[in-house]
Amino acid sequence: MIGLSHYLTVAAILFVLGVFGIFLNRKNVIVILMSIELILLAVNINFIAFSAALNDLVGQVFALFVLTVAAAEAAIGLAILVAFFRNRGSIAVEDIDTLKG
Amino acid sequence: MTLVALFFYLFAAIMVASALMVISSRNPVHSVLFLILAFLNGAGLFMLAGAEFLALILVVVYVGAVLVLFLFVVMMLDVDFVAMRQGVMQYLPVGAAIGLVLLVELILVLGAYTLSPEIASQGVLPIPDPAAVTNTEALGNVLYTKYAFYFQICGLILLVAMIGAIVLTLRHTTRAKRQDVGAQVRRRPEDAVEVREVASGRGLQL
Repeated sequence: MIGLSHYLTVAAILFVLGVFGIFLNRKNVIVILMSIELILLAVNINFIAFSAALNDLVGQVFALFVLTVAAAEAAIGLAILVAFFRNRGSIAVEDIDTLKG
Repeated sequence: MTLVALFFYLFAAIMVASALMVISSRNPVHSVLFLILAFLNGAGLFMLAGAEFLALILVVVYVGAVLVLFLFVVMMLDVDFVAMRQGVMQYLPVGAAIGLVLLVELILVLGAYTLSPEIASQGVLPIPDPAAVTNTEALGNVLYTKYAFYFQICGLILLVAMIGAIVLTLRHTTRAKRQDVGAQVRRRPEDAVEVREVASGRGLQL
């Protein structure tokens, strides 16, 4: 078996790439959503690695739940994106300022 | 042993490289395709860790449904993606600095942690012997019994997401002619049909 720290290192690199992607593509909502998917994949790799290292099935069960929530998040995010594009004709992040927050 | 290690490094290297391409690619279609590659290699990593069911779920559900949905949306939106890349260089130093700090912190944590020796024996649900019980069977045995409530909540979340996505994107067109079953059922012959006496050779003025 591969050591736990190898998995954790790969997941950490993937997580950092996801966070970096959010900063790098601050104008493009689609790439931000994809970066969030990368972050969730990194989290899932951590769950699976700990599940294998500790010989505990709960990690895999929880990873399944994370996968479900990630799928729901992607569907809702893309639906909001499509609805926003119909109203504004743009998906740039700086145009999403209707709420003046 | 060495073959497993070889495949681990292969999957990990391709996954990290394609994740880098996801965030740096100019064309979002390429980003989605590289994201698919990253998820396929992540499924390979899952498989190496012994989570076969989740690996295949990742391929079928994630690559097959969610990322194709991404591809669909990217191709549907008529957006000038090149103009969106403007200002990347402006955000690069900040993003790189934060990413580097985060990576160093995570690596430091990895170097410093130790697993408590008794934690391995305190597993809540020990994984059964893969030769006797397959991974799918083991997951199903706990998912529908011990975690049935959470499983139902998952279904509820997906239902809410589905209804929400439909409500957000459904467009009601007022011009389209639709069937109104109620009006059809309410219609009576006396409202619709009129019997007139027609004189011979005179015709009828409507």
